[in-house]
Amino acid sequence: MRPAIQISKRGLAMPVTSPPTSTFNKEKGSDGNYTVTLIPGDGIGPEVSHAVKEIYRAANVPIKWEEVSVAPLIKNGKQVIPDESIVSIKKNTVALKGPLATPIGKGHVSLNLTLRRTFNLFANVRPCKSLEGYKTPYDNVDTVLIRENTEGEYSGIEHEVVDGVVQSIKLITYEASERVARYAFHHAKQNGRTRVTAVHKAPIMKMSDGMFLHACRQVAKEYPEIAYDEDLLDRACLRIVQDPAPYSDRVMVMPNLYGDILSDMCAGLIGGLGLTPSGNIGKDASIFEAVHGSAPDIAGQDKANPTALLLSSIMMLRHMSLFDKASQIESAIFKTIAAGERTGDLGGKLGTKAFTEKIISRL
Amino acid sequence: MNAFKNLSRQAAPALRQASKIALPAQPHILRPATTLAAGTPKISKGPTKYGGVYTVTLIPGDGVGVEITDSVKEIFEALNVPVEWEQFDVSGETHGSEALFKEAMESLRRNKVGLKGILFTPIDTGSHNSWNVAMRQQLDIYASLVICKTLPGYPTRHKDVDFAIIRENTEGEYSGLEHSSYPGVVESLKVSTRAKAERISRFAFDFALKNGRKKVTCVHKANIMKMGDGLFLNTFRKVAEEYKSSGIESNDMIVDNTSMQLVSRPQQFDVMVMPNLYGNIVSNIGAALVGGPGTVPGCNIGREYALYEPGCRHVAKDIMGTNAANPAAMILSATMMLRHLGLDTQANQIAESVYKVILDGKVRTADMGGKSKTHEFTQAVLANL
Repeated sequence: MRPAIQISKRGLAMPVTSPPTSTFNKEKGSDGNYTVTLIPGDGIGPEVSHAVKEIYRAANVPIKWEEVSVAPLIKNGKQVIPDESIVSIKKNTVALKGPLATPIGKGHVSLNLTLRRTFNLFANVRPCKSLEGYKTPYDNVDTVLIRENTEGEYSGIEHEVVDGVVQSIKLITYEASERVARYAFHHAKQNGRTRVTAVHKAPIMKMSDGMFLHACRQVAKEYPEIAYDEDLLDRACLRIVQDPAPYSDRVMVMPNLYGDILSDMCAGLIGGLGLTPSGNIGKDASIFEAVHGSAPDIAGQDKANPTALLLSSIMMLRHMSLFDKASQIESAIFKTIAAGERTGDLGGKLGTKAFTEKIISRL
Repeated sequence: MNAFKNLSRQAAPALRQASKIALPAQPHILRPATTLAAGTPKISKGPTKYGGVYTVTLIPGDGVGVEITDSVKEIFEALNVPVEWEQFDVSGETHGSEALFKEAMESLRRNKVGLKGILFTPIDTGSHNSWNVAMRQQLDIYASLVICKTLPGYPTRHKDVDFAIIRENTEGEYSGLEHSSYPGVVESLKVSTRAKAERISRFAFDFALKNGRKKVTCVHKANIMKMGDGLFLNTFRKVAEEYKSSGIESNDMIVDNTSMQLVSRPQQFDVMVMPNLYGNIVSNIGAALVGGPGTVPGCNIGREYALYEPGCRHVAKDIMGTNAANPAAMILSATMMLRHLGLDTQANQIAESVYKVILDGKVRTADMGGKSKTHEFTQAVLANL
């Protein structure tokens, strides 16, 4: 049993609902800074990571970076990520990751999957917010979607019963459902959202999605200040595409496949994956990253747009409860883009460095 | 391989017949404004005919079903459409409807053609499984067809949307096979078979061929579900080979990317074919692009039976009984049914009138931003006939 009352670090006794195990709980180092692991990544990764570092230095964010590489090594014939990076991420419990080049060829386990398994990254958080100054058919998108990341339709359990008949198993456990639901409520509370909506297909998958809903309902009881409701997958798709605005007050939580589809759909509303941040919340560590690719064709040419990694880093700041710095930097980014000072991919003329300077000037 | 041969042998006469009747009516350069249902296989002779009257099973369903099927009944009566209804007020909400549901299924088996609203499905375990799904599985109406097309006179965020969604209707995630192997652990089976993947792919290409469409896109998640969706994708590719000479392009797209592309560049899609659950998602995104569930018609087609229902399967309990529902989707689904029965004149007359009412924009229900009631829309359609 978790205690109903906890003493917070500031010494105030306050009733808190049990925080998820993923809550950031590191102390500042002797120099007054938190240490965060930085994985610059491949292609445009070093440039966009550099932009983040520059802006953080200018904004006096109390973060010290520990740069590591996760370039895969072959150890005993198996693909592994270097030990030093695992140690660093485990120690700091927070990492910011630039885009990684996907190794092509058979037998490679994707690095993302390796990271997910190594650090028990169970929830994928995908916020999508319209950028003023980058016009799409949709305005006022401000959705947050949390996706269960370890099981469901992506369990990988499949077999061919007889020739031409395949069974794929969707695995839902109460434990994983409860864990992601708890994080969803925690995230809503932490980020000032007043409602959690569970997205499901329980009329059809009564037992599996039914259990997911059951877990959400149980957790909802622990968060009386957050409203809870449920919505059918098809209805959610319909409503969001018709008018995304009403979804700005809530956090949506759902099993793996639905989350995969809906999070990309929401990204489509604001103009694609190039601008969407993402956070992977885990038991042992949390990794924040841009969803876009490493764009080797424009690497080193000062053309890359650092917005997605910057926005991911802002999610990270909020995860670390550094809310003031997060808002300060976020508003500087939004103002810069709205003022028409953009990189080439958004129809602007600025290079990565010049764009970074413009953001710094607005801090 | 045997199943494969059997399938094509059985399909051949149906196709020949369909092309014989459907082709002259389909100028292949310009699709008619009412592409709805164009080219679904027609039957030359009515299924149940007494004195030239067709008997059709009608299941209004839950939610707004009664209101929107009333519209259809009123219009059919005013136009003297030779259709006689066998109505079953089945409801997924009340107990004791099981017997009535059985009766309705028997009626459908007799009449072979039906028009239905959506039946409510309770969530709790132990309650009955979806009757909507049961109908599709028992009658083997394997192909769901939904056409998302921009409505003239009703601008939305996206212009010139015009694609058909063809969804496998009888297996996949909707198998209804679930079990708990240990407390707190549930396995839900998604069943994918080559035979069903093949016939739905074939349906999609035949549909493209008959309707002058250029491209068929297979939507899948074969990168993750390598065996299940892999089987679907590989079967689709094999079928595509057979249609190569007809000039129909084929490609495939992962479902998450598809949903992103749909909301950013929906014009790139023409005909889409996919397993069951993805169809549920894609048809709702599609409907949202063009005018909502109140305007998008649909049907379920099998080898023997055809069941017509709105393309977006929503019960809409929230506006039930308020006379606020948009009957357009149901009326248009009914016109698809009339074409299927060979009653093209009446079908065109009604569909044109519905489109005219939407184009005029004077009578619009709440979902399209108007204030008109269901019966006012019906009246407007009648006035424009």
